[in-house]
Amino acid sequence: MTISNQENILEVRNLCTSFFTDEGEVKAVDGVDFSIEKGKTIGIVGESGSGKSITSLSIMRLVQEPAGKVVDGEIVFKGENLLTKTKKEMRDIRGNKISMIFQEPMTSLNPTLTCGEQIAESLRIHQKLNRKEARVKAIEMLKLVGIPSPEKRVKQYPFELSGGMRQRVMIAIALACNPELLIADEPTTALDVTIQAQILELIKKLQEELGTSLMIITHDLGVVAEMCDRVAVMYCGKVVEYADVKTIFTDPKHPYTIGLLNSVPRHDLKVEGELSVIKGSVPSPFELPSGCRFVTRCPHAREICHRELPALETKEDGNQVRCWIHTDQWEKQAEAVSTHE
Amino acid sequence: MSHPQLQESTGIPIKTKNKSTTPWVSFYKKLAKNKAALAGAIVVLIFTILAILAPLIAPYDPTAMDMSKRLAPPSADHWFGNDDKGRDILSRILYGSRISLTVGILSTILGAVVGVILGIVSGYYGKWVDSLIMRICDVLLAFPGILLALAIVSILGPSTTNVIIAVAFFAVPTFARIVRGSTLSVKKLEYVDAIRAVGASDFRIIFKHILPNITSPIIVQSTLYIASAIITASALSFLGLGTQPPTPEWGTMLAQGRSFMAQAPHISLFPGLIILVVVVGFNLFGDGLRDALDPKTKR
Repeated sequence: MTISNQENILEVRNLCTSFFTDEGEVKAVDGVDFSIEKGKTIGIVGESGSGKSITSLSIMRLVQEPAGKVVDGEIVFKGENLLTKTKKEMRDIRGNKISMIFQEPMTSLNPTLTCGEQIAESLRIHQKLNRKEARVKAIEMLKLVGIPSPEKRVKQYPFELSGGMRQRVMIAIALACNPELLIADEPTTALDVTIQAQILELIKKLQEELGTSLMIITHDLGVVAEMCDRVAVMYCGKVVEYADVKTIFTDPKHPYTIGLLNSVPRHDLKVEGELSVIKGSVPSPFELPSGCRFVTRCPHAREICHRELPALETKEDGNQVRCWIHTDQWEKQAEAVSTHE
Repeated sequence: MSHPQLQESTGIPIKTKNKSTTPWVSFYKKLAKNKAALAGAIVVLIFTILAILAPLIAPYDPTAMDMSKRLAPPSADHWFGNDDKGRDILSRILYGSRISLTVGILSTILGAVVGVILGIVSGYYGKWVDSLIMRICDVLLAFPGILLALAIVSILGPSTTNVIIAVAFFAVPTFARIVRGSTLSVKKLEYVDAIRAVGASDFRIIFKHILPNITSPIIVQSTLYIASAIITASALSFLGLGTQPPTPEWGTMLAQGRSFMAQAPHISLFPGLIILVVVVGFNLFGDGLRDALDPKTKR
């Protein structure tokens, strides 16, 4: 579906990642397509369990086997399919070409090593720097991510730092080898609101300075608005809407995206009454509806939605949406069933 | 300003407790709070020093026989009395502590090293590697320790070295199990994923990132195991399969005194008491370590 583009640093095509449990197969990611242009930012948005974190782990080839497995698809990074790489080749890419920032800065750092040693780690692995050189570079990195008195911090252990500081250290680790793609898995979820803004600003600033492409996984639409160029909205392992950030906020197509936007408090609009919610909850991965995945919660659901899964249709402007409403089928349905919405 | 309290509150900054204590200091403080553990630590320390200094402080040659003092009870010259060959029991105990502690510590280290490697590999790689290693450990654990040690020593022949090997062999499954469990729980932590995302190899992850985080259970188990290693080694010597006479060893001394229990109970009593004290010392120390290193009991 995505047209191969020289400018794309990463293209994910029909990615399917499943977990095999005693109760059966769980398709955590089910046919996901998206691409990231060089130097641009993509946001992956969705509720818990929508498969956004698994998508990122699949790209890094870090899905825990044998329970989980990438069963189909292609992950093309700079023209090469990562899924055909050997373990050794993958290790050379991780932390070097593609880096990742994790959600929880409190637990993502090794408590027994100093911050300096942890930043130095990737430099020593990938750039084969010696202890001294790596340390100098680690101090440089700490300075880059805006940590005051880096010479002192480099010797400190993670427990001596605050959450925001730790996330800065995580960013320093991720960017130490100047990767071409940075995956940030909910980088600000665990932080205070004031710190969140600082961290996002820092990521944005460094992205501009270093020319890194960025993939942000989040459930926070505020983060998306601030950071992203394109957005993929995920629901139950499938992309339901894939569009540029402006369209997502001004002209959302999928009822789920609309629901998400309506459930965000807005200070610029005076809305009377309560904040709207998307009714119901995410269906169990073992009992997915046979048609559209969102059918159980969709206010517009019709018969066809229950019966058939809509395809991800590309519109004239290049944006994509997976909903019957935006197809010819919908009108026919409307004629057939003489009821009004 | 004459008021001393006022002066203090205005002029001199109030002395605050240094909160940023290093892990070592807080560890020591917790250990010191536990009186039993402290006592255990002191016993361990004293016996270690005695063992090292044995040739300097032992009043007599541990193997020098003096038939005139055969079975002599404790006296001012010979505090712990003399044995059936007139040898000074105190000197023999002091020299014996070198053997007992060496056997205890060496066999524990040997068993721990092998057990830790097996356990960490088992826990980290899982799947069939894990099943294989753990089933072997199950089989070994099904034997009573002393029986296994007896079998090994009977095959290898009685000597101090072989006792170390036998006792170490029995330590392996115990360590492997504990380390496997800890590895499983540490492996799931996010920072292991994070380090994998940096491109670290399995070897690096295991030895640089997992091992340092599971040292506390290993240290605790080692301390506790030294105690049982000393007992097992003494038991083997008691049965004549360990250190051979005339080398002084606590178990051997116990065995030799057995025939003279009625006439001269002190020959067996003192080595037995010393074994008791040292073993209890190590156990108390080990328990204290466990509490002090347990993050749940922090503050």
